[in-house]
Amino acid sequence: MKVRKIFDTKIAELDMTAMIDMVFQLIIFFMVLINFAQDDQNDKIKLPASELAKPADSPLTFPITLNLDSTSTIYIGASIATVDSIAPLLRTEISLLTSRNQTPKDANIVIRAHRNASGGMVQDLIKKCQELGFEKFVLRVREETL
Amino acid sequence: MKYATKSSSQKGELQLTSMIDVIFLLLIFFVMTFKIAAQEGDFNIKMPIGGGPGSADSTDLPIKLRLRANADGELVDIVVNDSLTFGNDWTKLRGYILNVTGGNAPPTPEEGPEVEIDLDYNLRYEHVIGAVTAVTGQRLGDEVKRLVERIKFAPPRKPQ
Repeated sequence: MKVRKIFDTKIAELDMTAMIDMVFQLIIFFMVLINFAQDDQNDKIKLPASELAKPADSPLTFPITLNLDSTSTIYIGASIATVDSIAPLLRTEISLLTSRNQTPKDANIVIRAHRNASGGMVQDLIKKCQELGFEKFVLRVREETL
Repeated sequence: MKYATKSSSQKGELQLTSMIDVIFLLLIFFVMTFKIAAQEGDFNIKMPIGGGPGSADSTDLPIKLRLRANADGELVDIVVNDSLTFGNDWTKLRGYILNVTGGNAPPTPEEGPEVEIDLDYNLRYEHVIGAVTAVTGQRLGDEVKRLVERIKFAPPRKPQ
């Protein structure tokens, strides 16, 4: 009697078609949702919520983003400052604007303040920017989920 | 001489190992960098130093909004034009604004009534945004009805 051996002739092969399909779907999902344009955001800032918050229809002209946390520290790009020490950083931005034939009046100061920051500190920050010639301010908030 | 035919002994097989490696690397990269960010929106405020010429208040209704805070920075009182108090109820404030503006949106962002927000220094910023939200408009379903576009801040009240 001849006994057939198992594994002598057949190679065990996994059918990976379904797995590759699924992995491609996952990659497409994450690629579509990934957002690289979050460089101006700061994880330490928890924005206040507003039911009227809607994304701007058009991008802001010359936005300068100031992140103000609950301890009154201001993050502007990679630099850290306080209200009293922010003027040199803003002057750097002004010289950049000047090199593009623009004035501080053309720029938009985007204030991303922590919800627990003191309102007076935001006022101080606005006042400091006003002293340097900035006029347009944008208070950034988080969309409130109803 | 014997030639091996493809159909008989060799099967055309793709070597998938390296592709799967790369695909998994890509997947791990996207999973690790994925961040669910809440939708953000803006309130625009134009505040030239010294107030600037601005445009005339066509409604002749300058509104001064005073926000008082307790020691913890919580809102305790909303006072309008030094006379009306609404406690800490934004709904009442919005009702007042609706009454004053007639529920009509200003023709342009530079026109219509102006609201000056005067707040205690230690008032938490989320209450300031609450005030801005209450006066600038109201949400009706998916639509946002604008009420006041011109908002400015009074000089900061430095703690003594």
